[in-house]
Amino acid sequence: MTDARLFPLNAWYAAAWSHEIKHELAARTICNKDMVLYRRSDGQVAVLEDACWHRLLPLSMGHLKGDEVVCGYHGLVFNAAGRCTYMPAQKTINPSACVRAYPVEERHRLVWVWPGDPALANPDTIPDFHWNDGTEWVGEGGTFYSLKCDYRLVIDNLMDLTHETYVHAGSIGDEAITSAPFDVTHTDRTATVTRWMINIEPPPFWAKQLDRPGAHVDRWQIIYFQAPSTVVGDVGVAVTGTGAPQGDRSQGVNGAFLAAITPETDKSCHYFWNFARTFRTDDEQLTRDINKAHVNEGKGVYDQDHVVLEAQQVAIDKNPRLPFYNLNIDAGALWARKLIDTMLEAEHGQVAHAPSEAAE
Amino acid sequence: MSKQVEWGKGILRSVRDLTPDIRLFEIEPEGEFVAPTPGSHINVGVQIGGRPDVRSYSVVGPCTDGLYRIAVKRLPDSRGGSLYMWNLSPGAQLSISTPGNHFDLSLGRPEYLLLAGGIGITPIFTMALALAHAGANFRVLYACRSRQDMALADEMRAQVGDRLQMFLDDEGARVNLDAEIARLAPGGELYVCGPIGMLEAAKRAWQKSGRPVDQLRFETFGNSGRFATEAFKVKIPRLGIEVEVPQNKTMLDTLEAAGVAMISDCRRGECGLCALYIIETTGVVDHRDVFFSDEEKAENRKLCTCVSRVAGGDITIDTADRAA
Repeated sequence: MTDARLFPLNAWYAAAWSHEIKHELAARTICNKDMVLYRRSDGQVAVLEDACWHRLLPLSMGHLKGDEVVCGYHGLVFNAAGRCTYMPAQKTINPSACVRAYPVEERHRLVWVWPGDPALANPDTIPDFHWNDGTEWVGEGGTFYSLKCDYRLVIDNLMDLTHETYVHAGSIGDEAITSAPFDVTHTDRTATVTRWMINIEPPPFWAKQLDRPGAHVDRWQIIYFQAPSTVVGDVGVAVTGTGAPQGDRSQGVNGAFLAAITPETDKSCHYFWNFARTFRTDDEQLTRDINKAHVNEGKGVYDQDHVVLEAQQVAIDKNPRLPFYNLNIDAGALWARKLIDTMLEAEHGQVAHAPSEAAE
Repeated sequence: MSKQVEWGKGILRSVRDLTPDIRLFEIEPEGEFVAPTPGSHINVGVQIGGRPDVRSYSVVGPCTDGLYRIAVKRLPDSRGGSLYMWNLSPGAQLSISTPGNHFDLSLGRPEYLLLAGGIGITPIFTMALALAHAGANFRVLYACRSRQDMALADEMRAQVGDRLQMFLDDEGARVNLDAEIARLAPGGELYVCGPIGMLEAAKRAWQKSGRPVDQLRFETFGNSGRFATEAFKVKIPRLGIEVEVPQNKTMLDTLEAAGVAMISDCRRGECGLCALYIIETTGVVDHRDVFFSDEEKAENRKLCTCVSRVAGGDITIDTADRAA
C-alpha cells in the first residue's frame, strides 16, 4: 500500500455480482485490501480479511466448513464475524485472534463492501444503481476484473463522451457529439454532464434500436456521477420534434450505461458495467446482442475502451512527471475528481495527494 | 487483525486525577494522530529501575480532538510502569505508539453487555460511548471497591444514563453473571475488562450458558492475579540457575536477564509460547494468563512465565535446554 491516497476508503464499492458469490471462497482485492467473500447458508454474504491471523496465508486458499473459514495451512477457523473459533493443539483461544470483517451489503444485483471505518458504514449511502435491478430497466452486463489502470481514468472516460467519436466510430460515435454544447452541474456528491444533440442523423447503433428509417432524432447523453466511483449514463434518441428535450421521450428509445468502478490497487480497478434499457425489455436476444456489442473478444465498444485505458496507464507510468492537460470537454471529469478529492480531505483532514492535483 | 503500530514522540499535555489512585493523561502526538477505535490501546515507553520498558494502556474516550487519553492506576505492587507514569508532569516528553487494538468492538449485534472491574473501565467506557453513539442496545456493569474508586462513572452516566449500573464491593453489591448472561439477547456479546478473577468468572459463566465462545470478548494485560504481587525465587536444576524474580519484574524478563534462552510473543498471557514446566513449588502458582484452561491451571504442569507468578513460596521449573 502506498501513501498516495487515490481513493477514499470510507465508501461502498462493488466487489462482485451477486450471482458470482456462492457458498465457496472467492478472493478479491479492493482498495489494496485483500478480501475473501462467501455466501453463508442463510444467504448473507460475509467478507473477511484474506490473511490468516496466524501466518497470513490467504484464507481464500482454505475451505468453508459450514459458515466458517478453515485456514488451509494450520486449520485455524474463523467465523463470519472474523473471530477465531478454533486453534489447533490448545484448549483455549487467544482472545486477540481475529481477522477483519468488512461491512457488506447486496443491492442492485451487486455485492458492495466498505473497506474503511466500519463504524461509518451506512447502507443508505450505497450509490443509487437501481437501473441495474433487472426490473424496470433490463440488461446483462459484466466485469472487467483487474483492468490495469487507475480507476479515475475510467471515470474520465465515461464523463466525457466526445471520445465516442474517435474510439467508437461506426457504432455510437458521431461528429455531432463533438459539436453539441453541454452543461455540467454538481452537488456535493454528484456531478452531471448533460448534452443534447438536436435534429441529427442517429448513429448506427441508435438508428437500429429506434427503427424509424430516415427520421432525424434528438439525442441525449445525461451522465450522472456519484462520488467516489459510479457513473450512470442516461442515453437515447427520440424522433426530432416529439418533445424529448422537454421531457416526453415516448417517441424514442432510452438506455442507461452503468459503471461501478472499484479501485483494486493504485493502478488497477474492477469495472462492473451494464447497459440497461426500457425498450423491448422482453427481447432476450436483444439483451444478448447488446451485451456482445459491448464486450466481444476485443470487438465490442468496451473492449475498445479497455485498450485505450490500459495504454493510457502505461503511458502515464512512463512519463510520471508529465501533468495531464485539460480541455473544456474534461469539465465533467474534473468535477468528478474534485468530489473524490473532497471525500479524501474529509477522510484525512488534509489536502489530497498530488497525483490528483496534477490533473487539474 | 491488529494493524502495525508505529512509534513516535508525544508530549504530556495535562493530567487529571479521576480517583485517588487513577490518573488521566492527555498526550499529544508529535507525528500523525491515528484515530483510535473502541478497545484500542497505545504503548508507552517507560523507565523502570533505570531500564526502558513498554506498557500498554487503553485509550479513554473517542479522542476526536487529536489527543490520546489514557488512565493509569497507581498500583502499590506495580511492576513499575504506573509509578513512572505518576511521576510525570505536563510537558514531559514521551515515547508513544499509534493505537493498536486487541479488543475490537464489533458492530450490529442485537445487544451488548459490557462488564468492567476497577481500572478495566477504560476500554469499556470508550465502547459504551461508541455504542451509545451508534444507537445500539447495551448495558454496562461496572464493579469497583468503593464509591471513591469509581472513575469515569459520572461522565459515562451523562452519556448513557441508566444503561450504566454500578456495583460497589463495600456496599456488598455483586454482579450476578449467570443472570446477566441469561438476560442477554441471543447473538448478543459480552465484553469484559477487569481483574483476572472477574475474567475467569465471566468465562465460566459464559461457558455454562452454552453461548458461542467467540461472542465473549475480553482483554487482559496480564497484570492482575488472585494473589498480591511479590518477589519469589526460581530454581532451574537443569541449568544450575537460581534467580530471584523481584516484585517489579516478570519471571520471563528475569529469566531472560539471567541468560536463559526463552521464546515468547505476546508477553501478556495469551499465546502460551513462554510457558515452562513446573517441577515443584513451595507456594501457590498464581496463573494470570488466559492461554491455559481452568483444567490445565488446576493441573499445574506449566505456567506462562510472562505474567504468572508464585505467591508464598518458591518454584522449581524446567526449560527446554536439551536435544530431545
